[in-house]
Amino acid sequence: MNAIIVLVEPEAQGASEVSRETLTFARDLAARAGGAPVHAVVAGPAPDEAALLAHLGEQGVATVHRAVDDRLSAYAAAAWAAAVVDAAHSASAGIVLAAGTPRGNEILAHVATRLDVAMAANVVEVDGVDPLVVTRQVVGGSALEEMRLDDAVAVLSVAGHACDPVPVESPSHPEVTTYSPTLTDTDLVARVARTEEAAADESAALTSARVVVGAGRGAGSADGFKDLLELTDLLGGALGVSRVVTSLGWRPHHEQVGQTGSRIAPDVYIACGISGAIQHWAGCQSAKTILAINTDPDAPMVTKAHYAVIGDLHEIVPAVNEELRARLG
Amino acid sequence: MANVLVCIKRVPGASGQILLTEDEQAVDARHVGWTVSPHEECAVELAIQVAAATGGAATVLTVGSSDALEQLRDALAVGCAGAVLVEADTQHFGPVDVAESIADVVRAHEVAGTTYDLVVLGNDAADTGDFQVGVRLAYALERPVLTGISTCEIDGDTVVARGDGPDGLEVFEVPLPAVVAVMEGGVSPRYPSIPGRMKAKRAPVETLTDSRKPVGSGRVRLKLPPEQPSQVEILGAGADAAPAVVDLLVKLGVVAK
Ligand SMILES: Cc1cc2nc3c(=O)[nH]c(=O)nc-3n(C[C@H](O)[C@H](O)[C@H](O)COP(=O)(O)OP(=O)(O)OC[C@H]3O[C@@H](n4cnc5c(N)ncnc54)[C@H](O)[C@@H]3O)c2cc1C
Repeated sequence: MNAIIVLVEPEAQGASEVSRETLTFARDLAARAGGAPVHAVVAGPAPDEAALLAHLGEQGVATVHRAVDDRLSAYAAAAWAAAVVDAAHSASAGIVLAAGTPRGNEILAHVATRLDVAMAANVVEVDGVDPLVVTRQVVGGSALEEMRLDDAVAVLSVAGHACDPVPVESPSHPEVTTYSPTLTDTDLVARVARTEEAAADESAALTSARVVVGAGRGAGSADGFKDLLELTDLLGGALGVSRVVTSLGWRPHHEQVGQTGSRIAPDVYIACGISGAIQHWAGCQSAKTILAINTDPDAPMVTKAHYAVIGDLHEIVPAVNEELRARLG
Repeated sequence: MANVLVCIKRVPGASGQILLTEDEQAVDARHVGWTVSPHEECAVELAIQVAAATGGAATVLTVGSSDALEQLRDALAVGCAGAVLVEADTQHFGPVDVAESIADVVRAHEVAGTTYDLVVLGNDAADTGDFQVGVRLAYALERPVLTGISTCEIDGDTVVARGDGPDGLEVFEVPLPAVVAVMEGGVSPRYPSIPGRMKAKRAPVETLTDSRKPVGSGRVRLKLPPEQPSQVEILGAGADAAPAVVDLLVKLGVVAK
């Protein structure tokens, strides 16, 4: 039985959540493919190897291929791909998976090119295993594509939140095989030279806020944010905006929420004058409660929200501020 | 002097509800119009900036139908110096086919005397979302490749590029020639000027034909995601709804009573 191998991205507390989702996805796929073993491959530094291994055990991983080489200290997609290809060969893997993150998709693109096979990006579901047919997100998630993978090795990334990370009933004790991948100088040319902290910190307030006040084209102009910023202040939250707002230069890009901005998961998201395009929704759908303020009762943001107020944000937001000031005393 | 080739794709404008064609093989763009993705708008802007900073030229390329002339002219209007249309029946093209088609042009132009020090593309096409054309192109040309890049500049024989990584803004320094896949957000695409538009109308476009037998995309069919029934509770209309909004915020525990 050919193994299924998953590229796992380590983070401070073990394996990243999307990697754990991908492991669960792989386990379901393995069960449908007649009980194939699930292997994991890890390359580069892991802040907490023990926690990582515990996460892999929780996900029922049989074997961990741990690539070790000093040259893997800084991220280089081609080198990571070389490590994945080596592990896939030694596991006789028929399917290679990774989470559909920027790195996951990048590394798999290298892997698929090296193996001269097709790659399916952002898969949400497996429709059949023989032949392998998957459903994946296209058009930014507005549509889905059924794609057939006929090559000897199938390479696919799993879209974030395609499934929940579910632990197995009794954790496995994965066998750990360390190996040094075959790396060439060419594999190390495109590698991270250094990391500048600033950009990440600027959006940190947004991604950690309990309340996010969202603003879209409905704000009207760069001067249309006064009341929205006051509401943000009164609630001790952060301001998040749509792409229209950043591309018109009304607010900086680090405030953008969405597919190409920050993904947020606050307790409350108050989306003002935002239509709720799929690319924006991708960044705010994890909010526990969404309140939409919009002139259009049929805007997707309104129909998808939990609560809504219909009308002009320039009338509603100041009134809410006044009410808040009165109650907060 | 750096010559830059920037690759774009004509795609249906699809930020709202979309429709599919009857054969379920494509997005029905009759009512949504055509555009290029924000990633590619930024790629065009970066190409123009890099070319201007080094005294080189930016050339825009697309693989597709002759309708994509519209998108090529938009790129010419904002400052690309030349344009290449590779006419092909891209309905059955997959990422391998597109990458090889672009690689053929890069090689042919090299033979004809123009080397592209930098090839820039969008990180992923807005319609097919394959995340791999840039990488496959780089392997075909035996060049280093960076993806998810928001800004880049040329420093001598090196491209210095930045992109968001898990721990902050990552900086790459890669020798030319190279391939860079751009993620929107680092630069603001410029608007065309009236003289720019006039010039673009008259600019010659090199037209080639690619009649390769495609490897294909593996597409079986497209489908639409299941509709979620709306469960929205309307709190009210206009300023009168303010007390209900504050009541809700109190109930949700984000405002102290
Ligand atoms: C590859 C790609 C990536 C993208 N990434 C992102 C992303 O990361 N984030 C993102 O946000 N978008 C992204 N987009 C763009 C996205 O498709 C939409 O164009 C964008 O989200 C729309 O922004 P908006 O809602 O502010 O504007 P619009 O769609 O124009 O909506 C404005 C809304 O405001 C309402 N309104 C107007 N005036 C008022 C008023 N006075 N009071 C109350 N309501 C009012 C209108 O009814 C409407 O619903 C991306 C697109 C692509 C193709």
